[in-house]
Amino acid sequence: MYRYDEYDQAIVDARVAEFRDQVARRLNNEISEDAFKPLRLMNGLYLQLHAYMLRVAIPYGTLDSRQMRMLAYIARRYDRGYGHFTTRQNIQYNWIKLAEAPDLLAELATVEMHAFQTSGNCIRNISSDQFAAAAADEIADPRPYAELLRQWSTLHPEFSFLPRKFKIAVTGSNIDRAAIQLHDIGLQLVRGETGEIGLKVLVGGGMGRTPMLAPVIREYLPVADFLSYMQAVLRVYNRHGRRDNIYKARIKILVNDLGAEEFARQVEEEWALVKPLGLDPPASELARIAAHFQPPALAADAPVDIDLSDPAFAKWVAVNTHPHKVPGHAIVTISLKAPGEIPGDASAAQMDLIADLAERYAQDEIRVTHAQNLVLPHVRRADLFALWQALAGAGLATANLDHASDIIACPGLDYCTLANARSIPIAQKLAVMLAPQESDLGELKIKVSGCINGCGHHHAGHIGILGVDRRGDENYQLLLGGSGAEDASLAKILGAGFDENGIVAAVATVVDVYKTLRTGPEERFLDTYRRVGPAPFKEAVYG
Amino acid sequence: MPRLLTGNRLETGDVLWWSGSGWSLHLKDAVDVDADGEALLAQLVPQERISDLALIDADVTPSGWRPRSTRERVRAVGPSVRPDLALPSLPVEAI
Repeated sequence: MYRYDEYDQAIVDARVAEFRDQVARRLNNEISEDAFKPLRLMNGLYLQLHAYMLRVAIPYGTLDSRQMRMLAYIARRYDRGYGHFTTRQNIQYNWIKLAEAPDLLAELATVEMHAFQTSGNCIRNISSDQFAAAAADEIADPRPYAELLRQWSTLHPEFSFLPRKFKIAVTGSNIDRAAIQLHDIGLQLVRGETGEIGLKVLVGGGMGRTPMLAPVIREYLPVADFLSYMQAVLRVYNRHGRRDNIYKARIKILVNDLGAEEFARQVEEEWALVKPLGLDPPASELARIAAHFQPPALAADAPVDIDLSDPAFAKWVAVNTHPHKVPGHAIVTISLKAPGEIPGDASAAQMDLIADLAERYAQDEIRVTHAQNLVLPHVRRADLFALWQALAGAGLATANLDHASDIIACPGLDYCTLANARSIPIAQKLAVMLAPQESDLGELKIKVSGCINGCGHHHAGHIGILGVDRRGDENYQLLLGGSGAEDASLAKILGAGFDENGIVAAVATVVDVYKTLRTGPEERFLDTYRRVGPAPFKEAVYG
Repeated sequence: MPRLLTGNRLETGDVLWWSGSGWSLHLKDAVDVDADGEALLAQLVPQERISDLALIDADVTPSGWRPRSTRERVRAVGPSVRPDLALPSLPVEAI
């Protein structure tokens, strides 16, 4: 994985020193809260309901054990013993003290991590496929391109004050595990007519108040030119994106207003001006970065067949592992969704254990998924049983990946100052209710957001739940039919909202209807919904 | 309707309640600031020591103050999903 060079480290160290000075001046009342707030937000520090929350960037969701141990240490030393992995492949700490934040960030910098650009109207953490460099279905590893984007976008002076926040995802596979159609820019590695690698460019997707799927504005972009093309896309947005209305400021509104064709034309026009300026790095620089992402040396003759006589182990292997591109190996997803637990939360002890296991069994690599789980990407199949046993001992062997209890939930009103309703208790109740039957239900993705901003990706849920405020009380809308995968679609509201118990009962009814309507166990909930439409579900829920 | 003055401590972000003579971590110590609320805000905001100062509506119940909004009840108690982190002055069920 990528290691900082002297420039990367100098940038992060300088930023820590700068923030230390800013915090000191704020605590001494030398600067006002109004002046300080944007400065702390630029360093990922929010004031939430109960305390300061720090959002730490995990570029394209990739960590090594050294970094995971630091995240565990920070949870113990600066927080209350746990962290929350987020839908942008980051981690959040919920109980940070402002006065201690500079020391925390200085410790984080020692393992090449930071928290800047995890807030504000800038290019946020670049997200990617959690199975990068391991998936059998992959064309190429997307992370060198994500890393190049990270370097290019870090403290980019032209794009530090965009009309609104900006999110980019990169994938290297036709199987979309990075939700590229729901990003401001989605990039997919593709092969051109002569077999060389390029990028398909999608622009203008997103969730939140006005959900949209991103249209393709370029089918093929040579990788050698892609930074200058990104510069052109951002310039068109920076120039024409709306700054008069925060609800219409995302690039999706601009693309939708102009039309994808006209937006693409303007980008091409801008690109013609930008491209000759020499912004694109030389091939040697991309090669330098790519060299950090050399796949581990895995033995292709590792045994494929393993003993699956333990039914619990066999179920975990079937549900939580994926084929690796190297025979005899597997990609393991560690569920952070044990039914009844808080989705995405991990204790410091669990983080330390996962670091140990990554070192021992997974080539020292860990990934964070946008579904709030963790991945060990390179595990010998012969080691799976020992790994599973170790995980089980720490409550980390739940076999529910992409099943009904593997629920995405934002922090909601339990923590977040923007939220209108609690998300986590809804997810907990649904997970406990549905877990006993989830094997029968098959793939069923439930996603819960506590407000219209949609951090819980409710619009991309097969079943989505949106918490709203109804005259001071929590109320929940039910949405059906969304997907964030390669078959992306936006979930639609089924009808009037419910209270906490009512939404749980409504989901139970929807699941019962699905079981009666599906053509067989192979037909997913989403496929049934797409085949029959909302009417039978609406009839059953509302009468 | 009773009004309570609340905010977050600058140094820690802790939720605070105005007790009449100072700040408390506990909702049970809060006092109804009634018509003095705006004057208190005018006095405290320029001091820049408490963030997100706000006057909130609350009801009086046999067990003490009950903020009208769920948001403020969560602030008073702590995250409902981590009762181990909740303040001892109010049970999680109070949300």
